Amino acid sequence: MERAALIGSSLCYLFALGHTLFSLFKGRFRPGRFNVAAIAAGAALQGWYLTLLGSQLHACPIRNLPQVLVFLGWSMALFYLAIGPSYRLSLMGAFTAPVVLILQGAAMVLPTEPLEAVRGVDPWIETHASLSLVAYGALGLSCIAGLMYLVQERQLKSRRPSAIFHDLPPVATLAATVRRLLLAGFVVLSVSFAAGFLALTPIPKVKICFSALIWLLYAGLLVDSWSGRLGNRRTAQGAILVFLLALLLLPVIQRLSTLG
Amino acid sequence: MNILCAGINHRTARLAVRERFAVAPEETPALLSDLRSVEGVSGAVVLSTCNRVEIYASGLCPVRALDGFREILSSRAGLKAPLYHHDTPRAVRHLFRVASGLDSMVIGETEILGQVKKAYSAASEAGTATRTMHKLFQHAFRVAKSVRTETQITSGPTSIGSVAVELAEKIFGDLGNLRVLLLGAGEISERTARSLQSRGVRNVVVSNRTYERASALAAEIGGMATHFDHWGKAAADADILISSTNSPEPLVIPENLLPVMKGRGGRPLFVIDLAVPRDADPAINDMEGVFLHDIDSLEQIATESLVIRQREVERCESLIESHVGGFMNWLQSLHNPEWRP
Repeated sequence: MERAALIGSSLCYLFALGHTLFSLFKGRFRPGRFNVAAIAAGAALQGWYLTLLGSQLHACPIRNLPQVLVFLGWSMALFYLAIGPSYRLSLMGAFTAPVVLILQGAAMVLPTEPLEAVRGVDPWIETHASLSLVAYGALGLSCIAGLMYLVQERQLKSRRPSAIFHDLPPVATLAATVRRLLLAGFVVLSVSFAAGFLALTPIPKVKICFSALIWLLYAGLLVDSWSGRLGNRRTAQGAILVFLLALLLLPVIQRLSTLG
Repeated sequence: MNILCAGINHRTARLAVRERFAVAPEETPALLSDLRSVEGVSGAVVLSTCNRVEIYASGLCPVRALDGFREILSSRAGLKAPLYHHDTPRAVRHLFRVASGLDSMVIGETEILGQVKKAYSAASEAGTATRTMHKLFQHAFRVAKSVRTETQITSGPTSIGSVAVELAEKIFGDLGNLRVLLLGAGEISERTARSLQSRGVRNVVVSNRTYERASALAAEIGGMATHFDHWGKAAADADILISSTNSPEPLVIPENLLPVMKGRGGRPLFVIDLAVPRDADPAINDMEGVFLHDIDSLEQIATESLVIRQREVERCESLIESHVGGFMNWLQSLHNPEWRP
């Protein structure tokens, strides 16, 4: 049943992506409800999958890398649903859907262990881990908004903008979205770290160091961006690079957590 | 029942001729009444825009109707009416093409649909729109909508002003609170500023070497004038800088813009250089937050939009053709109620 929910959710994201690409190639892309509905259905099925897993584990379903990747994709989809339609960033769905698909594809390919109920769950560790992934959902979406900013900026600076130029949102909107998502992600990440410090379970020092590095990078990016030291382009580049670094470190942190 | 279309347009008559035949809204009811009194004419609609004056009519005898229309229009204008005319089904096809913007001077323009709708409303109010005319015009509106949504015929801006507006919208989003600085008071920059004003820009500052000219233009477009020596200061507050001076050397150079960009808190600056020789150094386009477009790039974008629209014409025509077939089936069924398409 869980597997079916996961496959169903992947198909929804595939539909969203396929529909957008088809519309863009036909030159008929209109910010419509189809993409939002497909992504909402995908997120609902992901939520169902995670609920089924959670009820079997009696814990938050982020015990291994595949589960973490699905949870991360789910957070990103939820943040997109929260901000995409209201800020008229419908095309963001076209950028979000493939990222979530890749995360989910990796989750389905990676080997998993049989599910067993977890004993002696530390609620602070659960809060820390799940909030961290919610934060990475927002930061992942800021990376996507950053990518959209760079694409649109390039279009605007070129003398021959391509067809996608007409469908992408204004750079000012994208720059504001990057900053807001960075801020939202950073606040949730900070709360998750505070919860981690309250946990009784010892956390490996290397993991603390990696996490602190990401937190510091995001803090620096935010301070420089809000103070005006970093322009919109650099902020967008920073949002992309720091998230990619965090994504690369995720398996390492996950491995260290398992060892811990 | 026949449908007849007769008229003049930008291809068949010069502006000087078209303006003689133009029909003001207050003259329309009387003209419609005259047209309907022509022998054999049951209904009529008059479409009068800056590019065309056309009569669409339903009736039994197109030849007599055409003679009558020619006589009425000629006597109104005081010169012989060089009318083209189409009978069914070409008249139906023609209206569908007109409503879809395929017969316009700028292919794919959408203003014409509103004008066709107004013409139809005027005829409905005057009681000269028969059942056939109602059906024909309602069908034309559906065709225009379908052409607009299913093809790229309205794709992209096609004039320098509209390109500037679209670029500004893609940089800033809402244009309502933007400040525009006109550097030089040339005609093309004035038109561009007016295009931006039509999309919500309220705050325009004009700076020109001759202060009186700046002042006059500012008064004309509802802006403010500033001395040319102070343009750098005005640029610090501006979101869009439209430049069209006669300066032989570039005025907007990286050295001038660096202090301007530092104090903006990430706010972008859109520089529209309409001057020849250019007022802006192309190097400013490499600066973060500065978006530069000159007359060539604006024209290139407009031309590309037109090329895309031209490519779409064939698709539009086949879409229209299927609708003409549908309408003709309905018209046939009027003659023979037993007949079902």
